[in-house]
Amino acid sequence: MKMPPFDYACPTTLSEAIALLSAHDGEAKVLAGGQSLVPILAFRLAAPKLLVDLRKLTDLRAIKITPDGVAFGAMVRWCDIESDAHLRTAHPLLVAAIAHVAHYQIRNRGTVGGSIAHADPAAEMPGIAMTCEAEIAVMGKAGPRTIKAADFFQGALTTALKADEIIVEIRLPPWPAGRRWGFQEFARRRGDFALAAAALFYDTDVAGKAANAHVGVIGVADRPLRLPSVEAVLNGAAVDAATIARAEATTTAAVNPDSDIHASGAYRKALAGTMVERALKMAAEQTP
Amino acid sequence: MKNTFIGTPMERREDLRFLRGRGEYVDDLAVEGLLHAVILRSSVAHGRIASLDISGALKCAGVHSVITAKDMPGGVPIIPMRLQPLPEFKPYEQPVLAHDKVRYVGEPVAVVLAESVALAEDALEAIGLDIEPLPAIPDHATAALNRSLLFEATGTNCSLVFRACKGDADAAFRDAPYTRRERLSTGRHYGLTMEPRGVMAQWSAETGRLTVSGAAKVPFFNRRILAKQIGLPETAIEMIENDVGGGYGARGEFYPEDFLIPFAARHINRPVKWTEDRRENLMAMNHAREAAADIEIACARDGTILALRGDIHNDMGAYMRTNGAVGARNVCQFLAGPYRVPHVMVDSQLWMTNKTPVGTYRGPGRFESNFFLERLIDMAAADLGVDRLEFRRRNLVTQAEQPYPIAHVQPTDAKDRYDSGEYGAAFEQCLSEIGWHEKAKLCGRLIDGRYHGLGISCFIEGGAAGPKETARLEVNNDGTFSVYLGTTSVGQGVETIFAQIAADALEVPIDRIRHVHHGSTHYVSEGFGAYHSRSTVMGGSALLDATKNLHAAIRAAGAKRFGCDASTIAIDGEMVSSPDGRSFPLSELAGLTAEGTFHNHHHTYSYGTHAAHVAVDPKLGHIEIIDYVVVQDVGRVINPLTLRGQVIGAVVQGLGGACLEHLQYDDQGQFLTGSLADYLLPTASDFPNLRCVITEDYPSPNNPLGAKGAGEGGIIAAGGALANAVAHALAPFGAEPRTLPLTPSKVWELVGRKDA
Amino acid sequence: MKARFEVNGREVEVAVEPRLTLADCLRHHLRLTGTHVGCEHGVCGACTVLVDGKAVRSCLMLAVQAEGSKVVTVEGLSKDEGLTPLQASFRKHHALQCGFCTPGMITTAHALLTAEPDCDADRVREVLSGNLCRCTGYVSIVEAVLDARAAYKGGAS
Repeated sequence: MKMPPFDYACPTTLSEAIALLSAHDGEAKVLAGGQSLVPILAFRLAAPKLLVDLRKLTDLRAIKITPDGVAFGAMVRWCDIESDAHLRTAHPLLVAAIAHVAHYQIRNRGTVGGSIAHADPAAEMPGIAMTCEAEIAVMGKAGPRTIKAADFFQGALTTALKADEIIVEIRLPPWPAGRRWGFQEFARRRGDFALAAAALFYDTDVAGKAANAHVGVIGVADRPLRLPSVEAVLNGAAVDAATIARAEATTTAAVNPDSDIHASGAYRKALAGTMVERALKMAAEQTP
Repeated sequence: MKNTFIGTPMERREDLRFLRGRGEYVDDLAVEGLLHAVILRSSVAHGRIASLDISGALKCAGVHSVITAKDMPGGVPIIPMRLQPLPEFKPYEQPVLAHDKVRYVGEPVAVVLAESVALAEDALEAIGLDIEPLPAIPDHATAALNRSLLFEATGTNCSLVFRACKGDADAAFRDAPYTRRERLSTGRHYGLTMEPRGVMAQWSAETGRLTVSGAAKVPFFNRRILAKQIGLPETAIEMIENDVGGGYGARGEFYPEDFLIPFAARHINRPVKWTEDRRENLMAMNHAREAAADIEIACARDGTILALRGDIHNDMGAYMRTNGAVGARNVCQFLAGPYRVPHVMVDSQLWMTNKTPVGTYRGPGRFESNFFLERLIDMAAADLGVDRLEFRRRNLVTQAEQPYPIAHVQPTDAKDRYDSGEYGAAFEQCLSEIGWHEKAKLCGRLIDGRYHGLGISCFIEGGAAGPKETARLEVNNDGTFSVYLGTTSVGQGVETIFAQIAADALEVPIDRIRHVHHGSTHYVSEGFGAYHSRSTVMGGSALLDATKNLHAAIRAAGAKRFGCDASTIAIDGEMVSSPDGRSFPLSELAGLTAEGTFHNHHHTYSYGTHAAHVAVDPKLGHIEIIDYVVVQDVGRVINPLTLRGQVIGAVVQGLGGACLEHLQYDDQGQFLTGSLADYLLPTASDFPNLRCVITEDYPSPNNPLGAKGAGEGGIIAAGGALANAVAHALAPFGAEPRTLPLTPSKVWELVGRKDA
Repeated sequence: MKARFEVNGREVEVAVEPRLTLADCLRHHLRLTGTHVGCEHGVCGACTVLVDGKAVRSCLMLAVQAEGSKVVTVEGLSKDEGLTPLQASFRKHHALQCGFCTPGMITTAHALLTAEPDCDADRVREVLSGNLCRCTGYVSIVEAVLDARAAYKGGAS
């Protein structure tokens, strides 16, 4: 399974990288951690003429926690997130989700930007991006732009990125203390892509009812989904057993996953509901 | 001095090189002038080859040549069967290269030879292969319609039917007070090895000698096939066994590449190496285990088994491989397992389909038949209101009945008898080890959101296949000994185990056994290899014979030198002495060598019981194994450390086949599980709670060591034990698992979609 | 393309195609065949090496990406004579049979124990779940890694 031949460039600046991509008119691919791209090349599912390695763009490796939110440079690796103690309180939902990503060795190389650009429908980071309404800052030959997560993920392995654009930063909104959150994933084995997962949070109003609910599911469509019908069940309600049961049923009704070699569509449909149910239980039982 | 290295948990010699990255596997080899081979494989499951245009590939950078069927003007050689070579199978044997038809995705069509693997793979894309598709036969049911035929000349997709017979099953069923009939099936999976296959061949035109590296399992047999196919005497071919990264029955059989690579080397007069990649391995290494049973059990009201009857349909894939019939033969011959069943009539049908061909995988046919019978037993016990433990106790064969005859299989005329053992004793010990009586009340109970269940399954494991084995001992220059074996290594630790056996038999310290060489054809005059759990018994017994012969040769040399009777010569570790105290060091006999053989006409039968405690999440369909115990009696333990490794390793493979591993095809015969992200192997997190207890209560009377082949028992009962545990956990839902693998999706369906 | 990096404490310079993986470079250009290739798509872990102290899948890295890095393979974690404490623990517990996955287990376990000498059985299993073994069933491997912790406490390695 040797890769098809390609040229390789390792630019030292972002503008150099973008120039290379635009000069190759769609026949160049960005190489970040390589944990998703290299297997694709090994199976000869793609044959780019040039790989543009971003490893020298050290500006893209920062994790910034500010009152405006949490921002990850595109080249931040899973192991960097794991070892950043501040993130545990700054964004506990993200940290919980990332714990499920792949395996030890992959976590030492795989990047946040790479995961977002690859857009596997069952990957955790795109799911977090959707649930949390992330903004994806990109840079291209036309200059910088910011893409909302909801506009970014367009289908399985398909995003709004143009051929000459590089993800620079992923920005998550600020996370208030006292927010309740839940993350639940079920995979065939530890580290596998999710059969289904739920990433959600809600705030509580003075009466203890849920507000600002954000409910997302992973692995049950061609992209991560937010479920407004489920959010509507939660907002203004006490998150008790009855509400949770309704949320589960609404989730199951809202998704229509396909069958594949790992599981039937009917199973995944029910599983999505179970993941939301268990994530809500997790959230409801948290001590803020 | 009486050694007792046999039975001690000796650390392994082989580890010294493996732990330091100094093992030598075939892809590690490099020679001057080496060319690399890459195989063009069919991406169509069934079709006629309309044209094959290699001209584009020949123009690619670094390409030396491309080999096709046209380069074999005498005809494309056909791979003969090694085991059960019945004339009925001949039309279904595989040509080493497809030339008129392709019959499975992955079938070899051409070989590209280039300066590097990467350049050869680049050239594959330039080959024009035009195949006119034919209707695919994706499963045994379609095969049975005989509408589309894989082999038009035979007029059928059924290559053979084995019939296992004992007593008069039809009569027994007629008169039986209780019967139950069920359809059960096991999914396709295989003995994936961490090291994919590889072959390196070197041809010397001057000497007319062919050297082939990458041999495993049955190198002497493979040499015989290659010699015939390539038109060389066997003495001109040397097969070298390097370090081997796992076998499990799948590696080491004669595959198309085992001809193609040596042929290429001779054809172009350059050394050639082929290393299988994982994508290929999934579609090219022998598949196994896909069987659908329609069987019934007949019992007395008290649970005594009267008879078994039915049909088992084996999905054989596109060709009959060298040992492809073994599983299908075993599945009917051993359906009764360790139980007393006086009447048996089971037909095992071999259906050809457009899938990768099938060969043996650890416990071939036994894993399947264990699942079928053990599920039926639990169902019958429940119907009859007999406790399932009591049901088994009533029917397990006792030592008093040994040797116990089993069903007779035609047309191979295979008769056999179990050798020794009180199967119920291992059963009781297993119940005690897992704490069955304390935990039984958990069955079907919902605790913390999961349903708990206990499952049990009993097995026998046939081992020590004959007909014979050879070993050779030689005195080294320094008076130490070297052992040469006709059996082979697949990672099971032969270098250590045979040093233990040799040291005990020669009555020398273990470090006087300097080297244990295995597998390569230049070590002994004849060898049979490693399969059917035979190495320890057959090789070990041959080694005992070699020791006897070497002792006799040493005594004869001493007698000659001292002028006295050979029987008065004493041998202690390093010296040979006469009764009157004269002596000389063994090193003076350097080069003295003796061979030994052991002939075996009776298999050994190791046996035991698996018990599983599971917790099933009804919404996730996830099965957690809380505890899992295997009790296995092996007759005699040579090395308890390596034996435990075999049992635990086998259990994890079995659990993989029971709930994770599944080779899948679509209805056009397209292969769907093309990577390790699709074909799921057990990892360190999946089954952490495993225990085994090994006993030596009943040595085998069939060999001088008293040992029984024991590498497969851990896998045989895993499917049955797990499925029975899940059935009992989900009893509140009336769930009856009838299919493996038990994936989360399937388990959820068994629960009945209460929440959908 | 040329790439210069350090392997097992030695500076090397290789001239390779960009598409050559670090695994293939180590095995075939540098003749360090202890690193094994089991899948070439980043699942089995047999190819694990240490790059700048971190365990990575060398089949998912291009050799040219190793420029300027320090690479350590299983050979670099071995002594000329005898076994290291980690290797001795593997041998004692029979944590290998065919030996093919073993180099990847050794490099991964070494990285884990160096960073986390107090890791527990669950953590060991979690980390090793990225390394496939077909022979042992993993139980003895986990036992061996846990038993080797003592040698890594107090900074030993």
